[in-house]
Amino acid sequence: MRFVARVLVRPKDEVRDPQGEAVLAALRSLGHDVAEVRTGKEIVVTFSAADEDAARATAERMGDQLLANPVIEDYEVQVESAKETRVPSR
Amino acid sequence: MSRVAILRYPGTWSERDFAHALSLVEGVESEIVWHEDADLHGFDVAIVPGGFSYGDYLRAGAIAKLSPATKELRRFAAEGGAILGSCNGFQILCEAGLLPGALIRNRDLEYRSDWVHVRVESDHTPFTRGSLGAVLRMPIGNGEGCWVADQKTLAETEARGQIVFRYVDAHGAATLEANPNGALANVAGVSNADGNVLGLMPHPERCAEALLGGTDGYRILANLAKVRHGTAPALYR
Repeated sequence: MRFVARVLVRPKDEVRDPQGEAVLAALRSLGHDVAEVRTGKEIVVTFSAADEDAARATAERMGDQLLANPVIEDYEVQVESAKETRVPSR
Repeated sequence: MSRVAILRYPGTWSERDFAHALSLVEGVESEIVWHEDADLHGFDVAIVPGGFSYGDYLRAGAIAKLSPATKELRRFAAEGGAILGSCNGFQILCEAGLLPGALIRNRDLEYRSDWVHVRVESDHTPFTRGSLGAVLRMPIGNGEGCWVADQKTLAETEARGQIVFRYVDAHGAATLEANPNGALANVAGVSNADGNVLGLMPHPERCAEALLGGTDGYRILANLAKVRHGTAPALYR
């Protein structure tokens, strides 16, 4: 089965996020009453696995090995089965 | 003669500057080595130079750490080989777990291209021998030069004398203003526990001759002439 894993990578709470601080200032300049902004990134990985548990375990290994740096980042994995998509033939 | 391997990854840009700067040091013979072919047997020193390996995609150094060179660097370090990483090389060594901490986006989100002063905080590395307490003036050029670590790692790193360079002003004071990127405790360079692996954000290869506006980098590079493979931990621990 094919799965889509969304790996959400965020700076740890104790790590400064200068991008978030810049966005905070920008949102305030637009008149929004914003208390805090934290930025991160979403990495969407499509792959095959036996079932959802296996897909989650694989995505977590990807997170540990490469997608997040445990010194400065936390990550969260959301897994869902991939919708049937037709790959265009060349 | 000390034999120095200068690693080149796709996107490395300081390897030729290092080769040139090392050509000025008597007793050093350097060779640029493609990362996938890195075989450090027969070398005394390995340099991981600056640049933008793999375009800095994902995180600076994150993809380069997957290179076969990392395994070779780990073996070389374990056998006491001396490793120097500058700028992107420092980021790669942190990502690879050969050095403590990590380098994140600069405090002001700016790419900083400047001359900075750093104070040598430890001479327990083959590269800073004889320079303890010296204030060196060197250039930086980076967007992700802000060194961070958790409190426990910082405390251990400080206690073991692994903080090797700190940003200071021209008089040697580690002030907030002298810190170009918000690095924790003004840290500009750290070593591993044994002292044979060193990473720093400044570029010693860009200030090794008067023509380039400074010669303090030469003080670091000149030490390479005395380094012999396998001697680093025993001598400098």
